[in-house]
Amino acid sequence: MMLEARGLDVLLGDYQVLWGARLSVAAGEIVALLGPNGSGKSTLMNTISGLLRPQAGQILFQGRPIAGLPAHRIVGEGLSHVLERRRLFPFLSVRQNVLLGAYSPAARATRDDQLDWVSDLFPVIRQRADQLAHTLSGGEQQMVAIARGLMARPRLLMVDEPFLGLAPRVVDQLTEVIRAINRGGVTVLLIEQNVERALALAHRGYVLESGRTVLEGRSEDLLRSAEVRRVFLGG
Amino acid sequence: MAAAGPLRPFLARAVPLLLLGAVAAFPLVFTKPFPRHLMIMIFLYGALATAWNILAGYCGQISLGHAVFFGIGAYTSTLLIREAALSPWLGMLAGAAIAVVGSQLIGYPVFRLRGHYFAIATIAVGEIIQALVINWDWAGGARGLFVPIKRPDSFVNFQFHESKAVYYFIALGLLLLALGVTRWIEGSRRGYFFRAIREDQEAAASLGVHVAREKHWAIAVSAALTALGGTFYAQYVFFIDPESVFPLSLSILICLVAVLGGVGTLWGPLVGAAVLVPLSEGTRVWLGGGGKALDLLIYGALIVLIAVFQPGGLVGLAGRFRRT
Repeated sequence: MMLEARGLDVLLGDYQVLWGARLSVAAGEIVALLGPNGSGKSTLMNTISGLLRPQAGQILFQGRPIAGLPAHRIVGEGLSHVLERRRLFPFLSVRQNVLLGAYSPAARATRDDQLDWVSDLFPVIRQRADQLAHTLSGGEQQMVAIARGLMARPRLLMVDEPFLGLAPRVVDQLTEVIRAINRGGVTVLLIEQNVERALALAHRGYVLESGRTVLEGRSEDLLRSAEVRRVFLGG
Repeated sequence: MAAAGPLRPFLARAVPLLLLGAVAAFPLVFTKPFPRHLMIMIFLYGALATAWNILAGYCGQISLGHAVFFGIGAYTSTLLIREAALSPWLGMLAGAAIAVVGSQLIGYPVFRLRGHYFAIATIAVGEIIQALVINWDWAGGARGLFVPIKRPDSFVNFQFHESKAVYYFIALGLLLLALGVTRWIEGSRRGYFFRAIREDQEAAASLGVHVAREKHWAIAVSAALTALGGTFYAQYVFFIDPESVFPLSLSILICLVAVLGGVGTLWGPLVGAAVLVPLSEGTRVWLGGGGKALDLLIYGALIVLIAVFQPGGLVGLAGRFRRT
């Protein structure tokens, strides 16, 4: 397993968000993390990447325990996290934003190759290299954010809501790029609200409800599952 | 701007050199103490605000406790003169070293807070340190310390009673050092990490930037440069007490100078000092004791205007004209 999380309890302040959540991702997969608003998807991702510390539970990345490690160490292990709402540095240029992704010494060594690769994936990086990040459209910003995440040479790329607020045409475009990234040898874990779109892209999916992992399975099975319908539509 | 074509790069090189030449020639032309004093104060506050700007402007951690480092610089060198008859130059380095250590101890708890809470915590730290020094009899307590006067003037003793010219160049040196360090950080990898933290701390952390370590770097550099200014002040005025080197008003003034000129820009703090210091010294001279708070009133008005119309400060304002 590339990533394995078990029994995660996570509190935000006094409020417990995750209750024994679990998830695993095999090398080479695209996995979708699904669930209604407030079910703990982003919290789970933030815990995996080290932005939050779990109260209990285990996270193994490539067989090594990473729960509780600070975020900068986890990036060094080969796990990149593209945050929800892209979180670019608004007053730095596109190029500066992307280069800031190559923080670890290992990533810095091959920075130029990596920059070529992400610039081929996302031509916008070359076209708008010197433009300030906040002047880009939402879709372009998302592309820069993903490119920035890829600069760390991750084995596993986690993307929190890549399609949030994007036009359908841009979503299609981005879907294709995520497939291409995956074919390039990067395992992908993503959060998405639109179940059908997410499962069309992913090989497998997990469904969170109120901080618990309630369902998992192959995409085609989940698409047909009545349980998925119940979680999202209630009843 | 009117300059165009090949003239522009030429001007970009020539103007700073001319300015530097003018600044170097200044004490030769103006031999009276007051104009020299005015320039020394501009350099000193410019240096302090530039040092503050490294932590607050580039790394985004607004400190309102920088008087602590200033005071550490002033007290360390002065106490070392008293206890060990050490040259203030060495005391200056010792002060910077102690300020760095102090900044790390302060940073450890305080950097856990963000935004306004960070700023408030630094105010509290400043007040605590001032209260401690007031009650520390060995270090002079509330009565403060005199730097023992030594004649004749000597470089080793860092005392120049005959003319302010030497102080002028030392203060200029401090300013250039602070600007040089800022310039170097601006172009370095570390400078980008600082700015990334300022713009979005989580996003920086998610990219693997060691946020805590970078903040500690920023405060260390900032504290060391501020402490140098503290020693300079002690050797310039020859008397320090907790009211003059540890006050909250000094911390705020350093911040105001930088905010007025332009936070997070290389030249902003110096521009701010060049505007505010003459204003404060001018109202002091022209209005005497009666006009004591007038400079503060004007500062306040200026800050409000800047905040409302041009958050980039005076440097940002200049940039706006250049673009149009």
